[in-house]
Amino acid sequence: MISLAGRDIMHAWGKFVLTGLGLGLLIGVTLSMAGIYRGMVDDARALLDNSGADLWVVQKDTLGPYAEPSSLYDDLWRSIRGMPGVARAANVTYLTMQVRQGEWDVRAMVTGITAGEPGTPGWPPYLVAGRQITRGHYEAVADIATGFRLGDQFQIRRNHYTVVGLTRRMVSSNGDPMIFIPLKDASEAQFLKDNDAIHQQRRRTVETPAFNRPGIPDLLDEVIASQSTNPYVNAVLVQIKSGYVASDVADSIRRWQRLQVYDRIQMEQILVGKLIATSAKQIGMFLVILSVVSAAIVAFIIYTLTLGKIREIAVLKLIGTKNRTIAGMILQQAIALGLIGFVVGKITATLWAPIFPKYVLLEPLDSVRGFVAVVIICVLSSFIAIRAALKVDPAEAIGG
Amino acid sequence: MIGKGIVIEGLKKRYGSGETAVDALKEVNMQVAPGEVVGLIGPSGSGKSTLLKCLGAVIEPTAGRMKLGDEIIYDNGWKVKDLRALRRDRIGFIFQAPYLIPFLDVTDNVALLPMLAGKPNAESRKQAVELFKALDVEHRAKAMPSQLSGGEQQRVAIARGLVNRPPVILADEPTAPLDSERALAVIRILNDMAHRFETAIIVVTHDEKIIPTFKRIYHIRDGVTQEESGEGKDFQ
Ligand SMILES: Nc1ncnc2c1ncn2[C@@H]1O[C@H](COP(=O)(O)OP(=O)(O)O)[C@@H](O)[C@H]1O
Ligand SMILES: [Mg+2]
Repeated sequence: MISLAGRDIMHAWGKFVLTGLGLGLLIGVTLSMAGIYRGMVDDARALLDNSGADLWVVQKDTLGPYAEPSSLYDDLWRSIRGMPGVARAANVTYLTMQVRQGEWDVRAMVTGITAGEPGTPGWPPYLVAGRQITRGHYEAVADIATGFRLGDQFQIRRNHYTVVGLTRRMVSSNGDPMIFIPLKDASEAQFLKDNDAIHQQRRRTVETPAFNRPGIPDLLDEVIASQSTNPYVNAVLVQIKSGYVASDVADSIRRWQRLQVYDRIQMEQILVGKLIATSAKQIGMFLVILSVVSAAIVAFIIYTLTLGKIREIAVLKLIGTKNRTIAGMILQQAIALGLIGFVVGKITATLWAPIFPKYVLLEPLDSVRGFVAVVIICVLSSFIAIRAALKVDPAEAIGG
Repeated sequence: MIGKGIVIEGLKKRYGSGETAVDALKEVNMQVAPGEVVGLIGPSGSGKSTLLKCLGAVIEPTAGRMKLGDEIIYDNGWKVKDLRALRRDRIGFIFQAPYLIPFLDVTDNVALLPMLAGKPNAESRKQAVELFKALDVEHRAKAMPSQLSGGEQQRVAIARGLVNRPPVILADEPTAPLDSERALAVIRILNDMAHRFETAIIVVTHDEKIIPTFKRIYHIRDGVTQEESGEGKDFQ
């Protein structure tokens, strides 16, 4: 027996390939959507991995520092470091903002890191070019996704920074590239008021009789000095000693310091389960719609192709072709269309993934899932056409 | 009269029921011997197509008897279980238009029938090509149907009707789209095949050009058949 489906496809291959191409672009979009979601999850994981922390200590009752604002006093880290099981503890600040370089600006997550040596929590674990920050001020390590190169100068608030090192795939959970600057500079950028505000506040302080007491001349100066310092950071990153269990250390910090502490698993749940959950649902909805649209297209095309062959099907039935053979012919065509579509979709998704501004992660397992989905969709959508074909009366081949 | 060929006795077919019922066949009696080509002639609406459909086992008669070869296929009910296999193995169909499968080449259009019956591809194709010689379409064996002239397509369609060597061939206005020369050629081929393969052939027609060629003719009017002897003209 010959393959009727194969012969039909060979006969009308142009129509098939064009239809498969259209379907393939749609499948490509679907695979890319899945890749965008995977990319978001991977960005979140990369952020956690690159922070070098085992525990995140944040303000009580917050989901900080990535999902909610959190502020802690900048001297807390000392007492945390003294706790059993803690190897290293370091302050860190995060602030997502527009970073200016001349005419243009780029959205980046500016990360303030404490002075120290490589391996300090919060520090970029490896560089692709240049060196780590060595001076206390106005040096920066930037991710290459910012577009900055070594030696570039850029501006955050009032200060100018020089790029001394470059990283790769150091991104926020939003996919924004990271820029590392010294902690002091970063907290200034985050908490410091502008000159006018400082003036205003000083004037108000001077005018407040409680602070401006002739009998205690130093009081006013002290008050003003305390107003202009900003003793806050967003989180303390903690590395634990080997031999200690993260959750035990977290428990004791929680108990003694009355702080919120998250371990790696909890942090991932916050990022993936809360921070990007809405985006994930959005993408999921999109995937559902794309699947329905693909199914509708396959169903419509296969149905149309079948309607165009009603007379031939009547003849085939009259000369004794089994229903199974005819159903098989239509089913095989639907699957063939799906295969062409999948191959085209896989290729296009792979080709255009690097062009996306955010990371698109095409996981092989997603391709396998997509392939299974395409085949199932094609099989289901060929049912309408098969039903139509099976209803054809062989008597139709004999004229009226 | 004869053991083989076609025997139809008291065949009736009613479409629908109650007030709107149509008695398309009221009393049909026919006998066609193996090797014989008979004409079935009647005005439009007289029941010709209905008779072919009953005999071709695609619709069920209401009453009567039908015998194909030496087997009773219908006796107030189907006597054969697998009508599909009956059509495939025992009846050759030739339609008004060729109705070739457009995505199969000429050889496979014909070879499809033995293939459907389970024969190997090579053997099926060989069987098809053998017929092409007799039908003078040998040179078009690899062509697609769309590349053939109307006459060639009809000859391929005839080959398809013959390829399984069915004891019975039903032809529904096979010469309608052809000019008189080609129409006569088709009738000649049918006679030739009937003779060679002991086939009983019924040709439904109202084509004036070919009516004189039949030795025997059945007239059908309002669902009732009547036998007549024809001119049996030598059309060679
Ligand atoms: N499927 C059907 N349902 C009801 N009536 C039908 C059907 N097919 C044919 N008829 C009627 O049966 C009669 C015979 O039709 P048909 O066999 O097609 O005649 P012919 O082929 O000789 O023109 C006509 O009156 C026609 O209207
Ligand atoms: Mg008719």
